[in-house]
Amino acid sequence: MTRLGMLIDIDRCNGCYNCFLACRDEHYKNDYPPFSAAQPVSGQYWMQVREVERGSYPKPKLSYIPIPCMQCREAPCIDASKNGAVYRNESGIVIIDPEKAKGQKDIVKACPYRVIFWNEEKQIGQKCTFCAHHLDKGEKEPRCVEACPTGALIFGDLDDPQSDIAKQTASRKTEALHPEYDTNPTVRYIDLPKRFVAGEVVLKDKQDECARGVRVLLEGEGLRLETATDAFGDFEFEGLARNTRYRIAVEYGGYTPQQVDVFTQKDVNLGEIVLEPR
Amino acid sequence: MTEQVFNNLTNCGPVSVYVKDGEIVRVRPMVVDEKDLKPWVIEAGEHRFSPPKKFALAPFVHGERRRIHSEERIGYPMKRVDFDPNGERNPQNRGKSGYERISWDEALDIVSGEIKRVKETYGGSAISGMTSSHHNWGIVGYKMGPFARFMNMLEFTPVLDNPDSWEGWHWGATHTYGFFWRLGMPEQYDLLEDTLKNAEMIVLWSNDPDTTRGTYSGQESALWRQWVKEKGIKTVFIDPFHNYTAGFMDGKWIAPRMGTDAAMAMAIAYVWITEDTYDKDYVENRTIGFDEFKKYVLGETDSQPKTPEWAGEECGVKPRIIRALAREWASKRTVLSGGSRGGEGGACRQAYGTEWARMMVLLQAMQGLGKPGVSIWGTTMGAPSETDTWVPGYGHLKGRVATTDLAGYLPINPTKQRLWRLTLPDAILNPPVSWYGEGFCGQSLEQQFKHFEYPMEGYSEVKLFYRYGGSFMGTMSDTSKWVRMYQSPKLEFVVNQDCWYNSETNMADIILPACTNFERNDFGEWAAVGGYTEHGSSGCNYRVVVYQQKCLEPLWESKSDYQIFALIADRLGMEEQFTDGKTEEDWIKTFFHGSDLPKHISWEDFVRKGYHIINVNDDYKPTPSLRWFYEGRKCDTPDLQNPKRKTEKAGELGTYSGKIEFSSESLKAHFPDDDERPVSPRYIPSWEGHRTEGLVEKYPFQLLSPHPRFSFHCHYDKHTDWLDDIPIHRIKKDGYAWWPARLHPEDAAVKGIHNGDIVRLYNDRGSVLCIAVVTERVRPGVIHCYASSAKYDPLTPGKDDAVDMGGCINILTPSRMLSRNAPGMTPNSCLIDIEKWEG
Repeated sequence: MTRLGMLIDIDRCNGCYNCFLACRDEHYKNDYPPFSAAQPVSGQYWMQVREVERGSYPKPKLSYIPIPCMQCREAPCIDASKNGAVYRNESGIVIIDPEKAKGQKDIVKACPYRVIFWNEEKQIGQKCTFCAHHLDKGEKEPRCVEACPTGALIFGDLDDPQSDIAKQTASRKTEALHPEYDTNPTVRYIDLPKRFVAGEVVLKDKQDECARGVRVLLEGEGLRLETATDAFGDFEFEGLARNTRYRIAVEYGGYTPQQVDVFTQKDVNLGEIVLEPR
Repeated sequence: MTEQVFNNLTNCGPVSVYVKDGEIVRVRPMVVDEKDLKPWVIEAGEHRFSPPKKFALAPFVHGERRRIHSEERIGYPMKRVDFDPNGERNPQNRGKSGYERISWDEALDIVSGEIKRVKETYGGSAISGMTSSHHNWGIVGYKMGPFARFMNMLEFTPVLDNPDSWEGWHWGATHTYGFFWRLGMPEQYDLLEDTLKNAEMIVLWSNDPDTTRGTYSGQESALWRQWVKEKGIKTVFIDPFHNYTAGFMDGKWIAPRMGTDAAMAMAIAYVWITEDTYDKDYVENRTIGFDEFKKYVLGETDSQPKTPEWAGEECGVKPRIIRALAREWASKRTVLSGGSRGGEGGACRQAYGTEWARMMVLLQAMQGLGKPGVSIWGTTMGAPSETDTWVPGYGHLKGRVATTDLAGYLPINPTKQRLWRLTLPDAILNPPVSWYGEGFCGQSLEQQFKHFEYPMEGYSEVKLFYRYGGSFMGTMSDTSKWVRMYQSPKLEFVVNQDCWYNSETNMADIILPACTNFERNDFGEWAAVGGYTEHGSSGCNYRVVVYQQKCLEPLWESKSDYQIFALIADRLGMEEQFTDGKTEEDWIKTFFHGSDLPKHISWEDFVRKGYHIINVNDDYKPTPSLRWFYEGRKCDTPDLQNPKRKTEKAGELGTYSGKIEFSSESLKAHFPDDDERPVSPRYIPSWEGHRTEGLVEKYPFQLLSPHPRFSFHCHYDKHTDWLDDIPIHRIKKDGYAWWPARLHPEDAAVKGIHNGDIVRLYNDRGSVLCIAVVTERVRPGVIHCYASSAKYDPLTPGKDDAVDMGGCINILTPSRMLSRNAPGMTPNSCLIDIEKWEG
């Protein structure tokens, strides 16, 4: 069995948009029957790149999330299609037949990830095909994967235990984007941005020095994390859940400890936490 | 028609070009036989780092087919409707006149007729011309080739380029450590391996290598910075903007006020001196003049110790952060990344930018520059790279049709008069102008001190201006003056030759359509400049030489530059002198045979295959930059242009003393009393900065205008519409693709500006409309807006004070240069205000 999938490592993505541009180049004005019809000059993003800015000055964070078609194993677009207009091929790629899908706007609306785009001129929905036409000719990877400079897009046969994607899926913590959609996507992610809490500890009587090595604890929702401030007095807790209450405790010998409650509706920048000498 | 594939090379990577029915259908990173690639391996700790068997292009190269087939291409020779070479010329209408299509015969007759007339009336020196800073890749067609050869034949007045990428390093850092042959950049050999093996921290000061990419090597080094993360090497970013590399590497961000970087550097030196955490042996044995410098830092010369408290006040950074940075830097093996090629960086293009650049070298000198893990490295060059096989680059005299000793005949220009690019409009409108410096001063330190005056005794003022390219509205300084220049009656005739309509194109009398390198054959090596950037191909994971194959016939009525100049030369009776009896194909063959390539591949095989990969040898021995100097040995790097290398002075740097100079011998010899570029570096407050009384009250924001992320300078923007779908580049609103201006939420709130508003950025020099991006990634008080918009879109064309919708932010930047004797550009010393645009 071949089951082609993609694993996207967010930590490796530098937001260069090579993937988006390579995909646009491959598919603009190029029909690849029976796999796909040509994309228009603009307006369709078979590979989207979503910028995520978190936190606040002077501690912002920047991530990018590349979003191709998720190639779902329980694809709502297949369910919404009539006459077999959308099907999964022998490698697991979900294909919208450019002929059979004419007029079927429901296919577009069915996708919760919104990765299917309606072509008004051709009256069909269109999306990423993992460059099925390209693979069919013996090429080893879609254009986006070929173009990626950092190896953020890992592509291959999930059913081949020797493949890089199978090995990484087995050894690393992977997750689906929006798992609550319940579509069982074949495209999975590593290190999707979560919430973080950051701050800077300052000793009230030593403000001309950064407070290094101050113990900072985070507790909440069954989580207990500990860190120490770095050379700049900064601390950070990453990978936290959204919309969750946590308590931060700051302790340093000779100083009155401090506690702050945070709620992670957004990322939290506590700014300066000033410790008073006892 | 079946699909055909061709190999070619762009400014940012080699490509395979797929063509069907005379149209490019796809452009991929060049597809090669994997057996030809032998990736090197760097072992560092338990890590094994090795590049993949493919090439990483810069993003916009994937849009190449839109650019080549763009409606913005100049398709036909054009004449300004109200220009009559035999009657009324109407120069005052340049910039607003319409154009009509003419035949090539008519265009060439007019151009050659005007050249003849001007030459006979005033002499060759009345002709001037210039290109932009970059061209399309391929050495036969490159701007230093046919354009220069043709102009030399006419005995024209050349325009010297200011060393734009290098300013403060060129005019300043050279006087600390030499490297004038690299325009102030340090050699970068084998620093990737050295960093991965030995470094603990990298301070990226005014550097966004993931955006500027070392110029030509595409995204080859993006993976290296991923390796730096994997290795656990810490990073610190000093930049008013939390740039894209900072975002990717998630390092510590310190955002000083613009113009105060040298103050922060002084405070770091202060901490090291007072806490005794610098390499005293190195300073003692490898440098001179430290005592004078130390006195200044400690406040013994001016009663102001350069403490972190003092710097904190200037920079708007907490003193304890500066102190902690200094301590981290000294306690770890720290690489300093002061710009895309080691140096460069926007901080060198501001008032007194020499002082910051000098401090970058001197700070690393205090930590033992050349020690393992202690280098000045841009993070974009210095992969293991074979350097035995010589291939000409455009920076080699031997690689230009204008200057190569492979030519039978070389036209020599006897005209001694020169113009300076930055002051060209002033020279035309309001002569005389004078300056020091012979352009890119790569031959010697003394070139920087050569005095020029225009007009020069015995020569004519310029009457005819031949412009190849048209980028300056978006890239030069105070650019409204270029509009005024073009409209001056002193310029009797203006030609513009280009592939695309750019910001200056419609200011010409005659427009000539040139074709791109995809429409003719050429020859080139990826990222290989040579000359002042020797071995630039070490920015690529493989050395790739390409027989750049013509993919299409020249589109519309465009012709290659070479052909255009040959046709004009023919009408001047000088065709043989221009072509040297060679076709473009002959030149390619000449350059091939003049290189070392025939030792490895025959001409026939090279043409058939289309490329040749030069791999690293199995017995490759790294020679890390400046390790030889640190260890007191002779230079053992392949730095070909280092004049002392292979002489008895090979253990010396390119300074007068041969050592690193805290107190500069070269400045002492030539400008001992220059208080704007003093013998020993100082922090000098900017003449257009946060302390400039009378101006900062009116224009309270500092403009930061770095190189753009999704355009290669002006290449690709405007002509490649797919880029308008990338919101970092342009944002579509109301049917227009606007150039973004980034500001902090606090500043936006005060001004009543929201994300997505159209805003006017303005000062006394002009107004530019942009689209607001409200972000936490900018220091309050700073507005970030990329330079190099290719689109000049004035609301009232032809008026020099027109509001520009296209995003040419350089309209707002100052004419004033680095300092009295250092004529570098200063876009990053610019005060502006911003408001929501209601019109």
